[in-house]
Amino acid sequence: MVLVLVDHENGEIDEASLQTVTYGRELATAAGEPLEALVVGDAGVAGELGAHGVATVHVAVHDAFTSFAPVAAARAASEVASRTGASVVLAAGSPRGNEVMAHLGALTDLPVAADCVTVTPGSPTQVVRARWGGSLIEEANLHGSPALVTLVPHTVAAEPGGSGAGEVAKFTPELADADLLVVAKQAEAADESSGVSLADAKVVVSGGRGVGSAEGFAPLEELAELLGGTIGCSRVVTGNGWRPHTEQVGQTGTKIAPDLYIACGISGATQHIAGCRNSKTMIVINTDPEAAIMGYADYAIIGDVGKVLPAIIEETRKAKAG
Amino acid sequence: MDVLVCIKRVPLSGGKFTITEDGLDIESAKLGFTISPHEEVAVEEAVRIAEKEGGSVTVLTLGPPDAEEQIREQMAIGADRGILIETDGQEWDPQGTASAIADAINADETDFDLIIMGNESADASGYQVGIRVAHKLGRPIATGVKGITIADGKATFERPVKTGRELYEMPLPAVVTVLDGLNIPRYPSVPGRIRAKKKPIERLNPERPQPKLEKTRLEVPAMKAKQAQVLGNGPDAAPAVVEIFKQIGVI
Ligand SMILES: Cc1cc2nc3c(=O)[nH]c(=O)nc-3n(C[C@H](O)[C@H](O)[C@H](O)COP(=O)(O)OP(=O)(O)OC[C@H]3O[C@@H](n4cnc5c(N)ncnc54)[C@H](O)[C@@H]3O)c2cc1C
Ligand SMILES: Nc1ncnc2c1ncn2[C@@H]1O[C@H](COP(=O)(O)O)[C@@H](O)[C@H]1O
Repeated sequence: MVLVLVDHENGEIDEASLQTVTYGRELATAAGEPLEALVVGDAGVAGELGAHGVATVHVAVHDAFTSFAPVAAARAASEVASRTGASVVLAAGSPRGNEVMAHLGALTDLPVAADCVTVTPGSPTQVVRARWGGSLIEEANLHGSPALVTLVPHTVAAEPGGSGAGEVAKFTPELADADLLVVAKQAEAADESSGVSLADAKVVVSGGRGVGSAEGFAPLEELAELLGGTIGCSRVVTGNGWRPHTEQVGQTGTKIAPDLYIACGISGATQHIAGCRNSKTMIVINTDPEAAIMGYADYAIIGDVGKVLPAIIEETRKAKAG
Repeated sequence: MDVLVCIKRVPLSGGKFTITEDGLDIESAKLGFTISPHEEVAVEEAVRIAEKEGGSVTVLTLGPPDAEEQIREQMAIGADRGILIETDGQEWDPQGTASAIADAINADETDFDLIIMGNESADASGYQVGIRVAHKLGRPIATGVKGITIADGKATFERPVKTGRELYEMPLPAVVTVLDGLNIPRYPSVPGRIRAKKKPIERLNPERPQPKLEKTRLEVPAMKAKQAQVLGNGPDAAPAVVEIFKQIGVI
């Protein structure tokens, strides 16, 4: 049996979880086994899962589950996995999915493979997983049963399918006091910034050490505004306090896939590229024609960003006016 | 407050990774080494807590003897002592790593009030060593944290989520995993570096358990081979850039 841990927020199933259900269905079908799911707290979202091929939706009911409670959720998962004899337990490789799966691994003393793109069940289970924020791929053997795995979001698209009964089985997991020490309290929402968010922006004008200073970002802001985009930056920039960390692109920043990425004075370290490799078009401005980023970009201007950007801004204004 | 921070020595790749012939490691002969930004902010936070509340900062790593370099770097910004769990250079899997770290913590004479880890390591990115250590020690843990407040024997951890922020409140001692952006780490000073040379490091030598998550091969993912088309040198290239803007429809 393949068991998928399904995350939800405000009555809606999380998209990465639905993708994981689709992947789980493929594994279950190939093995001729049923696909089951665990929903913690909100029984309302269970109904939808039948259409995705889920035979039984286990719903863990407990007072603790009005907010996110990762240890308690893992305890519920451990109970269902052992009761049903699951051979594979999957969750989304999201912050919550990885967290609950790691707790499940700790509670059961089983290994966990996080951020996988391929899972081949067996003994051992074989996985292919992302390292270094996706800059490297690892093949690994995962010993032990059930195989505990999280999947990189967008490994497959979420698609309804299969003929699941979607039967709902409610249960109350046995929780220890310690399981209830870690429970999220909702804080007031962060200030809504007025501009486009980095993650969703179509155009990102990004600066690195070569921009030289916080003030050096003024022309980047001007160009971003002209193109209806937003600002990104490298870690050198956030480390120097020139821009806030919310604008950092990369392995420990935000991962983006804009239509256009303009990299100004950025060398192209693998950890930066990990955040922008899926840009549709990349233009770079750099004084160094040998910079590593040339190997990832579509177009390059060799030159000083402080001189090149004002010229681009002027030409862009002319083009927009004409 | 006695704080322990766990850091991991990793190669700094620059523009691309090269894999060793046996397919199991990154070719690192010509590379420098570093730790994850998540762990840099962890040490900075620990030093700030000790400066404010008093107490000590210990840095622990499981790695080759050369990982002393990473401990000394963090001592230069203010950590007081180090624990180096020595390996022969082979990677340990997350369970083996967490067991060895928990054993070292249990055996230590200091009762750490707070243990800070990275949310995920730079290289293996397993998202689990912190959580496994917390379970072994029987302590609560919050993950993915970008704000720490300590008051009255309690910790409040702030975690950014899609919908805004979540708060986790728990009694100390506790464990927390943190994210880059928690603070801006300071640069080591020259006197800091000199002091670091004299600070104590304790070395442990447990045996590597058989990995249950067993790496069998590393590979650089295939990418569309690209080489940027040079549009020109200096400001004269501006019209060609604007042509591209038009072609791809951003103006
Ligand atoms: C685990 C880990 C995670 C990391 N995560 C991230 C991350 O999320 N994001 C990130 O960005 N980095 C990250 N880093 C850091 C990364 O390794 C690099 O140090 C960083 O990306 C370099 O930033 P940079 O390109 O701005 O600076 P540099 O590498 O110093 O490059 C500056 C570039 O600017 C050019 N230049 C200089 N002057 C000019 C000028 N006047 N005009 C035009 N060009 C000029 C130079 O030729 C050079 O190419 C991480 C590192 C590690 C170890
Ligand atoms: N070899 C190691 N030595 C010390 N700390 C480690 C080691 N491996 C992992 N950690 C800690 O655990 C965190 C998460 O690692 P991981 O579970 O591999 O993603 C890291 O950011 C470190 O704080």
